[in-house]
Amino acid sequence: MDPQGRRPTQHGRNIVAGILLGLGTVAFLDEAVFHQLLHWHHFYDKSTSDAGLVSDGLFHAFSWFATVAALMLVFGLARDGTFRASAFAAGWLTGAGFFQLYDGLFQHKVLGLHQIRYDVNLTPYDLVWNIVAALLLAAGIALWVVTARRVRRADVSF
Amino acid sequence: MNQHQHYAGGTLLGPGEWVTVLLIAGAVAAYLLVVLRLRRRAIYWPVKRTSAWVAGWAAVGAALVGPVADRAHDDFVAHMAAHVLLGMLGPLLLVLAAPVTLALRMLPVPAARRLARTLASPPLAVLTNPFVAGVLDIGGLWVLYRTGLYAATHTEPALHVLVHAHVLAAGYLFTFAVLGGPDPARHRASPPWRAGALVLAIAAHNILAKVIYADPPDGVPVERARAGAELMYYAGAPVEIAVLVLVCRPWLLPRPRARGSARSVPGSRLSIRN
Repeated sequence: MDPQGRRPTQHGRNIVAGILLGLGTVAFLDEAVFHQLLHWHHFYDKSTSDAGLVSDGLFHAFSWFATVAALMLVFGLARDGTFRASAFAAGWLTGAGFFQLYDGLFQHKVLGLHQIRYDVNLTPYDLVWNIVAALLLAAGIALWVVTARRVRRADVSF
Repeated sequence: MNQHQHYAGGTLLGPGEWVTVLLIAGAVAAYLLVVLRLRRRAIYWPVKRTSAWVAGWAAVGAALVGPVADRAHDDFVAHMAAHVLLGMLGPLLLVLAAPVTLALRMLPVPAARRLARTLASPPLAVLTNPFVAGVLDIGGLWVLYRTGLYAATHTEPALHVLVHAHVLAAGYLFTFAVLGGPDPARHRASPPWRAGALVLAIAAHNILAKVIYADPPDGVPVERARAGAELMYYAGAPVEIAVLVLVCRPWLLPRPRARGSARSVPGSRLSIRN
């Protein structure tokens, strides 16, 4: 509660929970769909650089933490009645878009970590992967701006 | 090595295995006896802790004696299954059993004070720092699999025993350091630091699995190394997630303060910030 006795909107906490779960979702889809179900990705490929290996290890370890932490935050927000789906969705889209872009551009391309698929022309895969990521990110940021503005307006009008 | 094949088929155990079985049985019996004595004095002790202690030693026992342990000698995949039981799942369950708290309840006051003082001493403050404990635990694994140590454990029985003891002890130390409980943790780091150390350790564990996959330890066939590395990666994950949940819950989802005073919530000092 703030000094006026209002419940804080917890906008930031909703956003953070969304971003963390967005990262967790991307990492989970990467693992479950592309590694396990489709077998497009390889557990390890010979061209993987040391930096790529370290980056991937940290990415996945942090994504597990992000998923668990996000779920705890959401449970807490829901329990206190301060969960806001729009702010959460803004965070989720931003997090998912950002980390898919990070994976698609930085890890796959710059660090030369495993590719999306093997023995095929990669260009369409890379394009779809990164365009989807960019769209998610853009939608997330737009929604973030909208929800933040709504919160600010509510604060002022009080 | 041949000795092991002897025992694998029958019910006979080797002398080293008998010692292991006796030590484990002793640890379980001692805990159960103390719990019974507490109960006779009408002192409450949670059943889940007792179950965790028994299950933890069962995991450790399965890693050291029996079919998995027998195969672990020649088969890297079984070795990795034993690694997950001995270094990850077993230690987690044993930490959750809070053996030090049980000892503090049972011991006469002067001895309990001495134990408490030892736990609060500077050397233990260093050892139970999550980053130090993480280096001892995961760093030890890097030494084991990236030097000739793994091959040497097959020819030197003493080394074999020592490595097993280290994996269990370091696993316990790291799990305790990261959870900061349920046993008293005078030097407990704040939740973000503990979570950070845990994320780094999980990353180092996963990276090691991939390095083993790409470049097997001496004397391990490529195909077994790959299967073992994948087992290390995927079987380790549920334990890692369980530890993450235990670290994050009191931090990010503290119990409502209305129910029970803040004092009764473990870790509440660190988690009532909002």
